[in-house]
Amino acid sequence: MPAYEEILSIVIELIKPLAPQGRSVQEDTDLVADLEFDSLKVMNLIEQVEDRFDVSVPLNILPDIRCVRDFAVQLLEIIGKN
Amino acid sequence: MAIFDKFQQLAATRRAMAASGIQSISVVMDRVVSATEAFVNGRALILAGTNNYLGLTFHPECIEAACDAARTQGTGTTGSRVANGSYSAHVQLECELADFFDRRSVIVFSTGYVANLGMLSTLAGPGDVFVIDADCHASIYDGCRLSGAEIIRFRHNDTVDLDKRLRRLGERIANTLIVVEGIYSMLGDRAPLAEIAAVKRRCPGAHLVVDEAHSLGVLGNHGRGMAEEAGVEADVDFVIGTFSKSLGAIGGYCASDHPELDLIRYANRPYVFTASSSPSIIASTRKALGILSAHPELRQRLWENARRLYARLQTLGYHLSPEPSPIIAVRFAQREQAYALWAELIERGIYVNLVVPPATPDGSSLLRCSVSAGHTPEQIEKIGSAFADLKRSFASASD
Repeated sequence: MPAYEEILSIVIELIKPLAPQGRSVQEDTDLVADLEFDSLKVMNLIEQVEDRFDVSVPLNILPDIRCVRDFAVQLLEIIGKN
Repeated sequence: MAIFDKFQQLAATRRAMAASGIQSISVVMDRVVSATEAFVNGRALILAGTNNYLGLTFHPECIEAACDAARTQGTGTTGSRVANGSYSAHVQLECELADFFDRRSVIVFSTGYVANLGMLSTLAGPGDVFVIDADCHASIYDGCRLSGAEIIRFRHNDTVDLDKRLRRLGERIANTLIVVEGIYSMLGDRAPLAEIAAVKRRCPGAHLVVDEAHSLGVLGNHGRGMAEEAGVEADVDFVIGTFSKSLGAIGGYCASDHPELDLIRYANRPYVFTASSSPSIIASTRKALGILSAHPELRQRLWENARRLYARLQTLGYHLSPEPSPIIAVRFAQREQAYALWAELIERGIYVNLVVPPATPDGSSLLRCSVSAGHTPEQIEKIGSAFADLKRSFASASD
């Protein structure tokens, strides 16, 4: 099972192409406020993450996700349960 | 953040639309004269954005039945059936729908939205799992959310992705509901229901819910929808649908062979706490259901019209939804293109639906045409000609 740091770096790598050009993506970057993610981009990101880790990410976690860290923490838990 | 701040983005979108002269969400029809014609600002419009698939909204028998019911039973029921009791016509409609679908029983709801909200939020609870097609209607998403169950999306119409996600669930499969639609509302494409049913059969304990809102009266030998068309009705546990499209009224239903449906009625908060439909609505719906059953030629006419318009728009070179269907979506990468063409179509007397993100599946903007059995060949010709005109005036009208 991948460690938190590994999940975090993969998530950042997947977010970068979806972020506005030249915007930095860090652990505490806010997906909506800093990267202007809309629902389509969020769904796109989730699908990529699902393929990468071979898990299904329930939509229920979305309200708890603001920054990149929140997403990585949730993923760690989901992968752990699998 | 103050309470109204969250609406600022919406306000900006509305301002942008107003600036381009687009009033699509505030069109007021001064007069509606038939299933396919209305007047807006004194201008006659052909209605090609109605979901009025069989054109029954002005059927004389439906109107007569509605008027008669209003005269004899009053304008409204003024309450929920659980509190105020059931009018016999509501019960009769449920029996007629059960006969029509060849199912054990049916619950009638006051709107299609409430049918999905009520059924999905009641069928599942915390600990259960919904696996839903990504392009499902908002009422399905909202019903799932209200249930407290886990919600997993699979890629639109992708049976391999569905299968993969069901396998990941392991033992939880016994607590899983798969939810799909017969025909999807935005692009008019059909679910690969035979394959979805086959996947479901390999997952003992999983249940399948199919929303036939846009396929009732449109698909199947008897007009029962996509499940009938695909020959897999036995694999569908719950059929949900609406009266507001092919039946020309408003309301919803759920049909099932599971005897528990009777219990679900009383546990169903959106059902229990909504006033039941007005007698006139129930009366016209019953009449329309009879007409739908007795006149398969309406379905035939609908498909002739749909195929004709689809072929015309395809020949013109528009980027269209994937298959001929009563819903034909003309797709644009830029929303400004869709705004401009929508306004030009109104100028030419054609009303279609303008749909922009986030309501669209892939971020594109749509001019969504819905075809009716009520359209005359001349009207279909006029709709096609308007699009042909626009193709000439906007060289890059479609990508």
